[in-house]
Amino acid sequence: MQLPLWPEVASAVAADVDHLYIYLTLVSVVMSVLIFTVIFVFAIKYRRRGDEVPEPIHGSLRLEITWSVIPFLVMLTFFWWGAKIFFLNATPPPDSMDVYSVGKQWMWKIQYPGGQREINELHVPIGRPVKITLASEDVIHSFFIPALRIKHDVVPGHYDTMWFTADKPGRYHLFCAEYCGTEHSGMVGWVTVMTPSDYENWLSGGGSGGTMAQQGERLFEQMGCSTCHLLDRQGRGPIMRGVYGSRVQLADGKTVLADDAYIRESILNPNAKIVAGYKPNVMPSFQGQISEEGILQLIVYIKSLAITNAPGAPTAALIQQTGGKQ
Amino acid sequence: MSTVLQDPQTTETPNYLNAEYGWKSWLFTTDHKRIAVLYLISISVMFALGGVFAGLIRMELLTPQGDLVNSDTYNKIFTMHGVVMIFFFLIPSIPATFGNFLVPMMIGAKDLAFPRINLLSWYIYILGALFALAAIVLGGVDTGWTFYTPFSTTYSNTFVITAAVGVFISGFSSILTGLNFIVTVHKMRAPGMTWGRLPLFVWANYATALIQVLGTPVVAITLALVGLERAFHIGIFDPAIGGDPILFQHMFWFYSHPAVYIMILPGMGVISELVTCFSRKGIFGYSFIAGSSLGIAIIGFLVWGHHMFVTGMSMYAGLYFSLLTMLVAVPSAIKVFNWTATMFRGSISYETPMLYAFGFIGLFTIGGLTGLFLGTLGVDVHVTDTYFVVAHFHYVMVGGMVVAYMGALHFWWPKITGRMYPEGWGKFSALLVFVGFNVTFFPQFILGYLGQPRRYHAYAPEFQVLNVMSTAGASILGVAFLIPLIYLLWSLRYGKPAGNNPWGAKGLEWTTQSPPTTFNFDVTPVVTEEAYAYAKHEETHVG
Amino acid sequence: MADTHVVDAEHAHSPHLRHHFDDMHQQFDSDTFGMWVFLLTEIMFFGGMFGAYTVYRSMYPEAFAATSNFMNPAFGAANTAVLIVSSLTMALAVRASHLGQQKLLQWMLVFTMIFGLAFLVIKGFEYHEHWVDMKVPLFPGHWSWTGPEAPPQFAHEAQILFCFYFFMTGFHALHMLVGLGIMTTLLVMARKGTFTPAYYAPVEVSGLYWHFVDIVWIFLFPLLYLIGHTKKLI
Repeated sequence: MQLPLWPEVASAVAADVDHLYIYLTLVSVVMSVLIFTVIFVFAIKYRRRGDEVPEPIHGSLRLEITWSVIPFLVMLTFFWWGAKIFFLNATPPPDSMDVYSVGKQWMWKIQYPGGQREINELHVPIGRPVKITLASEDVIHSFFIPALRIKHDVVPGHYDTMWFTADKPGRYHLFCAEYCGTEHSGMVGWVTVMTPSDYENWLSGGGSGGTMAQQGERLFEQMGCSTCHLLDRQGRGPIMRGVYGSRVQLADGKTVLADDAYIRESILNPNAKIVAGYKPNVMPSFQGQISEEGILQLIVYIKSLAITNAPGAPTAALIQQTGGKQ
Repeated sequence: MSTVLQDPQTTETPNYLNAEYGWKSWLFTTDHKRIAVLYLISISVMFALGGVFAGLIRMELLTPQGDLVNSDTYNKIFTMHGVVMIFFFLIPSIPATFGNFLVPMMIGAKDLAFPRINLLSWYIYILGALFALAAIVLGGVDTGWTFYTPFSTTYSNTFVITAAVGVFISGFSSILTGLNFIVTVHKMRAPGMTWGRLPLFVWANYATALIQVLGTPVVAITLALVGLERAFHIGIFDPAIGGDPILFQHMFWFYSHPAVYIMILPGMGVISELVTCFSRKGIFGYSFIAGSSLGIAIIGFLVWGHHMFVTGMSMYAGLYFSLLTMLVAVPSAIKVFNWTATMFRGSISYETPMLYAFGFIGLFTIGGLTGLFLGTLGVDVHVTDTYFVVAHFHYVMVGGMVVAYMGALHFWWPKITGRMYPEGWGKFSALLVFVGFNVTFFPQFILGYLGQPRRYHAYAPEFQVLNVMSTAGASILGVAFLIPLIYLLWSLRYGKPAGNNPWGAKGLEWTTQSPPTTFNFDVTPVVTEEAYAYAKHEETHVG
Repeated sequence: MADTHVVDAEHAHSPHLRHHFDDMHQQFDSDTFGMWVFLLTEIMFFGGMFGAYTVYRSMYPEAFAATSNFMNPAFGAANTAVLIVSSLTMALAVRASHLGQQKLLQWMLVFTMIFGLAFLVIKGFEYHEHWVDMKVPLFPGHWSWTGPEAPPQFAHEAQILFCFYFFMTGFHALHMLVGLGIMTTLLVMARKGTFTPAYYAPVEVSGLYWHFVDIVWIFLFPLLYLIGHTKKLI
């Protein structure tokens, strides 16, 4: 008979969350036992024996302040520790490994920069920060890995990100945690955490379609982006090389950071932000013509177009970061 | 009902129940006490319906596979369980029944300020309930009681608009009840009944009324927008055309968080009445308990974001909502401490209502403390959307609110019906409720931390043992609620006549006959003593 | 409830006293306070819509400025003037009821209704204009976002704004309609001589309601019609 009472601990953050949870539980148990014991004792000691009418005790300001302030201070420790973890979870380290997960009713479609694709399975190595970019094709989902004590809602219309560093090899549950329709409880899978060597072996299985950057490049050609967006010089549309991560000047004078969200919006709603020197209504919208996974592949491709000495050749660092194998 | 009252064994003195006979005298009544009884019957029916859905959920969850019903049916069942229990049982429960019956009496008034609006509020409730029932009968709704977009606006193929209309309409019932209570408490207190002498049950219902009046319109407009979006295929919450699904959540929770305080505050008011009566002692910290009700009502409007920590809100918003959630816990803690202090050097007896009061304090303490877990950011990321949340809110809603409701039902049953219920069965059921409740819901805390998400039709096999335990508890709980139904109905005919004040309690309602006359008081009372003036030297002549 | 109270010199009271109240003063106090509480709920109701509108406006300021150009401030201004005058006539009606000036009360109620009706008629023309201009996103076939005044990059946001426009003005117009119904009832009662200096609460509370509906419009007009209207487009 299986009776687990505690989830597995697969990361340092998970252990920290567990410590906070135990602290919360201890304080709650102490508090509850205290109150229950006092009530129990009062209920017996002061049980009704006859017709006695007790003296009223109207109150005590001192007591009220004490039992308001002290519990609040204790709660502030909960708040502080919880906030610390929350902040940590909100900022992925700059050298994180990227993985992309698209949720749709009712499956998770995972893509790796190296081109590997999985459904409802995620493979990661221990010891490396992994940043998951989350997108939804339809309704709100939530990407939940109990063993890592993390989850993040996946909201359609924009990207959400979460990150973790796993430190214990194993196979852990992946659940969708935001009700999303008929097969919500079927939108489950497994996260396999592997030693670095096992992970390398798994990676070398490789995606048959090439890396995400290569797939993105193919899409870039197929969808006709290359007719207007040239790599190294101005065409009908802004130049592509080096755009990712740069600050872009818009026609209305504002500047924006060209991140994942910017590129996604430029593909789906190009007239929302017009680059300085260009006109609206020239680039068509590709809404409905490219899947969320396709957009992610294009983003990885565009990201790989770094400014280097040799035109067309990404730097070694970028190759590693985008998981490519060239 | 009328055949029971013509039984020669019952008291024949004129009272509000036998003042007139016939269905017209009930359906067109403006007597707050009769309206309270109409509500009592209606919400009991809705509670039973919600309970049936709960039973089906727990039966399905006996096994890890989804094998009792198919996925769509299961999704409809938990949705309707939530919608019925929250909007058609918990929100009206104590205010519409005991509030309606007692608030005028407790302040020495003949009725609420607007008796016809009171009757209207019941009709509106019934209309809303009919829409909800229609949604069920036509085929159900499967969005979850939270109606999150874009699933509810674009993807669900069920009767979303029908259900939303039902909830929208019932909201007006809640608003009118709140409006009535606010005006009544302000304008119709008997001479000498100052704000500082009001029974705490009145304070609790007053604070609740403030929330009803301020919060409910927001959920009304939110659901109206969802319905309009669904009907006209326009995109307010549709991300594909620039709408924001998270905006829906902000608007929805702006009401729905204060709504949980609508549900619990009246219960807390009941506990203040029970603890004082069964300790035969004035409340410890009157102004703090009254003030904490207002404090909960106000701060309760500022914490809604704690339902949305993992939606991608900014870190700073997360900090703000977490901090305020800690703050809103303080007034609730104050109440628990004050009730305990009231028992100190009291004279405590263990009748059924007091057993429910003990149960409330225990279960609400656990439920409230687990709320702190959820308000703590780092932990919430793990446990939100899991069975931990389900356990938390059932502890406060069932272990708190329903237990308080049962306590109120037993305490004021003699006043409302003129009959005593059988005390032995009362105590037995109270204990059974306590046991059944804990066996049902405590394992769900463990399941939640393990990672079982909520609203899951099928679950990971290693979670089965705890789920079976939970279902076993639910069957005990079901029986524990059925037994009072039987003996309370039995008591209507065979219960001992109660007399004016079987509990020896303070409060203007106990100075009248049981059941009261239609106009409550023959002469408007003049109040000269504080609330809960149990000590002999505090007593002064009332009347 | 049988009305068998004994009316003599000691117990004489207005036939309008509802018997759960001690006296007319308490009844009047309760009636007016009740209406204020109700208006509070209405503020929260409209407030929810205003809140959502504000959120979208701050997300898409230029888009909303562009859509403001499709509103007809002439209609809006006419409506504003009409409503303000109707509030004046309503206030005069309330005063007339205080003073027992029956004829004045009736005429002021009639004028209030005329202006209220005028508001709805002007609104009707306005909605019709939007219908013809294809600016009604609620019905397929009656929405299009083209032309020199309609920057295409704002097509989606414009649809959202027009939805809000119709919902906000629509709910407001609904409240106006209810107000007209209330005025009609008051007029019928006034003609029967129901209102005297001793009993005018229904007029008073209806006045409060009418003023509130007016104030909601005072907020709607600048938000939907004026802000950004003359701003140049890109």
